[in-house]
Amino acid sequence: MRTERRARTGPVLRRVALYVALTVMALPFVVPTLWMVTSSFKPLNEIFATPPSLFGSSPTAGAYAEAFAFQPFARQYFNSVYIALVVTATVLLVSALAGYAFARIRFPGRNLLFVTVLVGLLVPSEVTIVPLFQMFKEAGLVNTHWPLILVTAFAAPCVLATFVMRQFFIALPVELEEAARLDGLGRLGIWWRICVPLAKPALSAVAILTFLASWNLYLEPTVYLTSPDLFTLPQALTRFTDPYGGEMWNTQLAAATMTVVPVLVVFLIAQRQFVESLAHSGLKG
Amino acid sequence: MTDTRPTTREASTGASRGRAAPRRFWTLRRSDALAGYLFITPQVLGVLVFVIVPVGLGIWYSLNEWNVFTGELDFVGGDNYTAALNDPQLPSVLGATALFSGGVVVLNIALGLGLAVMLNRRFRGVAFFRTLFFSPVVVSVVAWTLVWGFLLQDNGGINGVLSLIGVDGPNWLQNGPTAMVSVTFTQVVRSVGINMVLFLAALQGVPKELYEAARIDGASNRRIFTRITLPLISPTLMLTAIITIVGALQSFAQIAVLTGGGPGLSTTVLVFYVFQQTFGFNDIGYGSTLALMLLTFVMLLTVLQWQLRKKWVTYED
Repeated sequence: MRTERRARTGPVLRRVALYVALTVMALPFVVPTLWMVTSSFKPLNEIFATPPSLFGSSPTAGAYAEAFAFQPFARQYFNSVYIALVVTATVLLVSALAGYAFARIRFPGRNLLFVTVLVGLLVPSEVTIVPLFQMFKEAGLVNTHWPLILVTAFAAPCVLATFVMRQFFIALPVELEEAARLDGLGRLGIWWRICVPLAKPALSAVAILTFLASWNLYLEPTVYLTSPDLFTLPQALTRFTDPYGGEMWNTQLAAATMTVVPVLVVFLIAQRQFVESLAHSGLKG
Repeated sequence: MTDTRPTTREASTGASRGRAAPRRFWTLRRSDALAGYLFITPQVLGVLVFVIVPVGLGIWYSLNEWNVFTGELDFVGGDNYTAALNDPQLPSVLGATALFSGGVVVLNIALGLGLAVMLNRRFRGVAFFRTLFFSPVVVSVVAWTLVWGFLLQDNGGINGVLSLIGVDGPNWLQNGPTAMVSVTFTQVVRSVGINMVLFLAALQGVPKELYEAARIDGASNRRIFTRITLPLISPTLMLTAIITIVGALQSFAQIAVLTGGGPGLSTTVLVFYVFQQTFGFNDIGYGSTLALMLLTFVMLLTVLQWQLRKKWVTYED
């Protein structure tokens, strides 16, 4: 996007400037995570040391042991993982079915129903949380994981997924389905054997977005859960306060590190597919 | 049921019975429609039960007051709405909401587009930088916000770094304007990666021939960007704007963890206020009234954006 003449006069300078600019801009994106990891190994008194240091002077893993001793952290970890997995699996199934039907099958009222579903994307969770709380209370499901699973698996995150799947299936060539139909496949067969296998990029985008949405839930657990055994990670992270109200900074950072690093590692390993699938998810409009 | 070919059994139980010339009831079109309805049933039912019914209930709650002593709802008509109009805190809350959401949307789109343009070319390390800018997206919101909370303390890392270059930084989270800057900034940095990726995909979808043709015609870079690039990626701009603004209006964890709505009411956005009224003060009726206000804003903004979309978006799939 640069003019030819300028590029000739200072290509090296220009390149250096680009790298410097990008590096400076990247600092707020990278340093907090890095600081979190290194500070989790610092003793408490070094976290607010002046001048600030990225690496402490006497590393210790004590905060990690403390995180498990102070709260049922292993249990909370398991809660977050299993809820995210159940939600993601459900959303994949529900959205692949609905997205396919909205894209490829003609039936009366299709557009009206699709718009109705899209409303689910626009209603902020804060609007529905009070009535939902009352509904789940009536059903005896408060202080269980059911509200977190059901609401995430069918409301906004699932609607976004249905939208992404629909965008993907709309672009699929009709000939594929016609050929399958001539081979005697019914709708379910066409969907499962032809379309779902082709939809891997969209499905992985949906899986990523849904997993992160569930992993990050904070309002819902705060509202529905009261027993520490049932807490999920984001909620547990904010509870590292000793009985006198003092912050347990290094313990909190150790727990935060354990929450962040596994997801980050998976992302770094699979980042190419990760970004690719998001980019081609049909979310770009 | 999803079989497209009518079987003899289905045909005989259908409308064909007793007719002279039996016509199959399960025509392709009908069985297809049935399959369609069955496919969408889980999603439609889910939205009905977990979104639409709650919104209806919310409207009902907004016309009632929660009686703490009897544990029941007392019908009060429009009282909650009158209370909202007279709530001395509400203007400040709405102001904070506008400032925060507006700031997040504008910065997020501008930065996302800027990064996408910078990273939409070939140079050594471009993939590395894309990964760096995207990485906060996969960091847990609460963890991210907690860490920034540490860094933004008066004696935290940000001011520590500033003091090295001789700047005496403010106590970021303890005074109104800087607290607002802090919540906006941390939110943008965490989520801009998604928009960057979507913009990158859109930029790569612009046909190269158009750029070449414009260059031959002697168009300047700025002109190429505003006359070719922007119009062609406008569908993406619109969609990301909607997603970003709806997301910003729902940013609860960020505010709750970083500032708790403070100092004073300076970062109490509507979402956080709804939560406080409902679960802090147990005022379900009033909380629901405020929540419906939030819903109205989101709906109005969406409709407005769709109208603008018709006007601005020059290219649709």
